Amino acid sequence: MLKETPSQTAGPYVHIGLTPNFAEITGIFPEDAGKTLVNDKTPGERIVIEGRIIDGQGGVIKDAVVEIWQADHLGLYNSPYEPRGHADSNFTGWGRCATDMQTGEYRFETIKPGRVPFADGRIQAPHANLWIVARGINIGLQTRLYFSDEAEANAEDPVLSRIEHRARADTLIARRAGDAYTFDIYLQGENETVFFDI
Amino acid sequence: MKTIPQSNQAPETGTFFTRDRNWHPPAFAPGYKSTVFRAPQKPLIAFPNTLSETTGPAFGHDMLGLLDHDLIHNFARAGESAIGERIIVHGKVLDERGKPVPNALVEIWQANAGGRYRHKKEGYIAPLDPNFGGCGRVITDADGHYAFRTIRPGPYPWPNGPNDWRPAHIHLSIFGTGFVQRLITQLYFEGDPLIPRCPILNTIADEKAVAQLVAHLDMDNSEPMDSLAYRFDIVLRGRRSTPFENRMEGN
Repeated sequence: MLKETPSQTAGPYVHIGLTPNFAEITGIFPEDAGKTLVNDKTPGERIVIEGRIIDGQGGVIKDAVVEIWQADHLGLYNSPYEPRGHADSNFTGWGRCATDMQTGEYRFETIKPGRVPFADGRIQAPHANLWIVARGINIGLQTRLYFSDEAEANAEDPVLSRIEHRARADTLIARRAGDAYTFDIYLQGENETVFFDI
Repeated sequence: MKTIPQSNQAPETGTFFTRDRNWHPPAFAPGYKSTVFRAPQKPLIAFPNTLSETTGPAFGHDMLGLLDHDLIHNFARAGESAIGERIIVHGKVLDERGKPVPNALVEIWQANAGGRYRHKKEGYIAPLDPNFGGCGRVITDADGHYAFRTIRPGPYPWPNGPNDWRPAHIHLSIFGTGFVQRLITQLYFEGDPLIPRCPILNTIADEKAVAQLVAHLDMDNSEPMDSLAYRFDIVLRGRRSTPFENRMEGN
């Protein structure tokens, strides 16, 4: 077997490659990839996911890029590797957002995902998959966002149940206020977010 | 994002081989100072791949502009081009089983020939090149092949140790077929004496892993009187083959 190409940090200038228009490099790509997940025909409940990424000293990170990957409102992924049928064509399922250079906030306008089966057939709670890169992160961090108003589904979720220290599972629950969910990600320390090896 | 053409064979939907996290750099690597407060300290939690991991976004070739892969010209004024050593950077995207990965989106970014990035947070004294932006993208063809035209980036100093310089490098971001194949890495150039001195490269313990990040001079694919070429193959995680197993993934 070949070995996987080793990861390296995305560095502080990751925006040049992943979000050039955000970095004020205009005229090369018409729009930054992953800027929008939805259009005006996308079915499902419209929500906003927003938050900040915080380092081990409590500092807000202002040079990260977050990518999101989630199912449509029926729980289907918009991917050729989705074997159960075609996802809604008005929903990409994938988004990319740089954290704001002043406030450190990231933000996705999306829809609430439907439920997706686990490997053994049990049904997972609604969730979004997140991937985080930045200066000082040598290999992209993988985590999941669950929803605070899905307590019943969260209680039976096979991934959340796998987290031995129950208090840590709470780090994956985004808090709802109106149509927005706040999901702050703590890279290190007391409230450290659960990251996955998947 | 468009649907990619389907062949008469269903795509393989197996789970991915486990990542060898001793081969990749660790999160905490104090020689690279920025990792110290950005490295998780608690163990990563593992679970079997579900559809959330084995699926990922697909990108169609029709998203690309004519010059997206040509950094010499994609930011240049009409009739002008970027200053520097003109090079072709090309190679294949493969998986760990050696199978080519077609339709993979490869994005790159880099400094100019003097080591200066076009970014507002960058303060290095080397000047910007008015004809160089520094980003490009391409989607691999049916054989997994990709190619960029660019200029060789310069080394640049950075605030880590008192006199640390990055080797010449190009950043790469690659999508495979599943979201957990997502990878960002850096390409270095054969023979660069800054390679063994670099604290970011030295986060990788295995020298064979470091060697996998070094692009090789490729005279056969250079264009005489125009550009040198460097070859850089990229290996993504492989999928387990499950030809007879009807997994419970929603079937």
